[in-house]
Amino acid sequence: MSSEPIVHETKRGESAPRAGHSEFRTVIRHLLRNRGAVIGLIIIGLFTLAALFAPILAPHDPTETSLTNRLRPADAEHWMGTDELGRDLLSRMLYGSRISLGIGLISVAIGTGLGVPLGAVSGYLGGRFDIVVQRFIDIMIAFPGILLAIVIVTVLGVGVENVMIATGIASVPIYARLVRGSVLAAKEQSYVTAARAAGIGHASIIFRHILPNCLAPIIVQSTFQIATSILWAAGLGFLGLGAQAPTPEWGAILSNGRDYIRSAHHLTTYPGLAILCMVLGFNLVGDGLRDALDPKMR
Amino acid sequence: MYQYIVRRLFLTIPVVLGVSIIVFSIIRMLPGDPARALAGVQATPEFIEQTRVRYGLDQPLHIQYGRFMAGLVTGDLGTSTFSRRPVTTEIAERFPRTLTLASISLLIATILGVSAGIVSATKRNSWFDNASMLVALVGVAAPVFWMALMLQLLFSVHLRWLPATGMGSVAHLILPSITLGMASAALMARITRSSMLDVLKQDFITTARSKGLAERIVVYKHALKNALIPVVTVLGLQFGILLGGAVLTETVFAWPGVGRLLVDAILRRDYPVVQGTVMLLAFLFVIINLTVDVIYAFLDPRIHYQGKEEG
Repeated sequence: MSSEPIVHETKRGESAPRAGHSEFRTVIRHLLRNRGAVIGLIIIGLFTLAALFAPILAPHDPTETSLTNRLRPADAEHWMGTDELGRDLLSRMLYGSRISLGIGLISVAIGTGLGVPLGAVSGYLGGRFDIVVQRFIDIMIAFPGILLAIVIVTVLGVGVENVMIATGIASVPIYARLVRGSVLAAKEQSYVTAARAAGIGHASIIFRHILPNCLAPIIVQSTFQIATSILWAAGLGFLGLGAQAPTPEWGAILSNGRDYIRSAHHLTTYPGLAILCMVLGFNLVGDGLRDALDPKMR
Repeated sequence: MYQYIVRRLFLTIPVVLGVSIIVFSIIRMLPGDPARALAGVQATPEFIEQTRVRYGLDQPLHIQYGRFMAGLVTGDLGTSTFSRRPVTTEIAERFPRTLTLASISLLIATILGVSAGIVSATKRNSWFDNASMLVALVGVAAPVFWMALMLQLLFSVHLRWLPATGMGSVAHLILPSITLGMASAALMARITRSSMLDVLKQDFITTARSKGLAERIVVYKHALKNALIPVVTVLGLQFGILLGGAVLTETVFAWPGVGRLLVDAILRRDYPVVQGTVMLLAFLFVIINLTVDVIYAFLDPRIHYQGKEEG
């Protein structure tokens, strides 16, 4: 496909800083050559800007109600119209991107924080510990799709923080499985045998020698998982099990707008489009990263 | 092969037990008194005490769990605190509706997804390939409840072709099953396409072509059979996810299935119903996964499970 020399295949692990640096550059170069990934990066960039500068960009206070301006269609004053309490929809959408991005990122932080060490230690140690962890993961995976997050929210209660925890925990089995597989393969490599012969401790072998070499699938999965968590969180918000009024969460705004869909469909159209674009952005970058990080695809 | 199937069956037992422990724990992990949770929101102190004794919540935990399991096995899942009817009756009434919806969605998703995937792979980089992959990307990213509302707005409110909510006729099924099946169709199109492209690159396809076989026979007889193996795995997984996704679709379309029942039960703090529906959905998913693994073992001749240790 390309005539670039494959730098990272040689001397992986030795002279780490330089090799790591050029590997990073190779990946970025391939990512930027992928049209879909670039579109995805632009989408994520725009939402990040909206989230960071929401207080400056928002023309109105997202929670300020105005009963004389209820359910207005878009006009010069309110670019996306107003909701059932006369709140400015554009302002609520801008603040909503903070919540959705925040849920996506924190939920992935929780998922990787618990799932990666669990999978790594389980794959590295093997034996009884591995069997117990695997059965535990099997049990978590027995709850299909959004159901595990729903069960956790039922116990924890509703609200944005609990949605982050629920979607984070629901992604733990995915990471544990993925990392366990990579670690099982890496365990047999000669650099691990060498590290063991040098008398390096197990924890150091796992976290300083094996895991850095298993980062690629974790990064790809995390990009997709941000998208999935955002979708799950919006679903919970829509069902009334997520963010609660007056939090401007997109799923919750959409759910409120349902009652006025015949007269003011902008209340359902825009939040849905926003969720779709943000999820699409992360999926596109995930696809691009998967190809860029796979030497066979370059 | 049979050794593998028997082993796989035995691995299912700890999973089902684990799921039952989680479902059992839902009420006990709630902040506050589980007896109050079970008695319902407006229960009097006397009724809460009665409930505590009736559900054995005054007994030690292992005895409580034993009773819970005995109930599960005999089909006694307790009584709804909202309708005061047995949970088993509530679920039995609604489950066939969810099953109908999920099955039709899966059928639509498979037909659409697999055929789009095949055409995309054989006519790679054509306008059809590009268009269907774009639709698939959007289909995976669109929130299912939003898509449901948009389709309702178009087909029920503006065009007045189809009923927006409720059930009773075939027309009532069209919008919910298309919405529910859309994400699965998108995923299956992508997987069929990449799996088909993989297979078409392999030596036996080149051999088949060089024998002078018609392209149609090469694609549909030689390639498709092999390309569908990963699709079957996804098919099973998707059926489980469709059952879970029904939670959202059933809410939008007011489809009175178990998904809607679960959401209502959570919002009403009707915990016996929550436990029953969660247990049912998880148990079904375990059975579906078991079936998929067994079918997979039969389908893929490359896999020999004798003595192979896997997680």
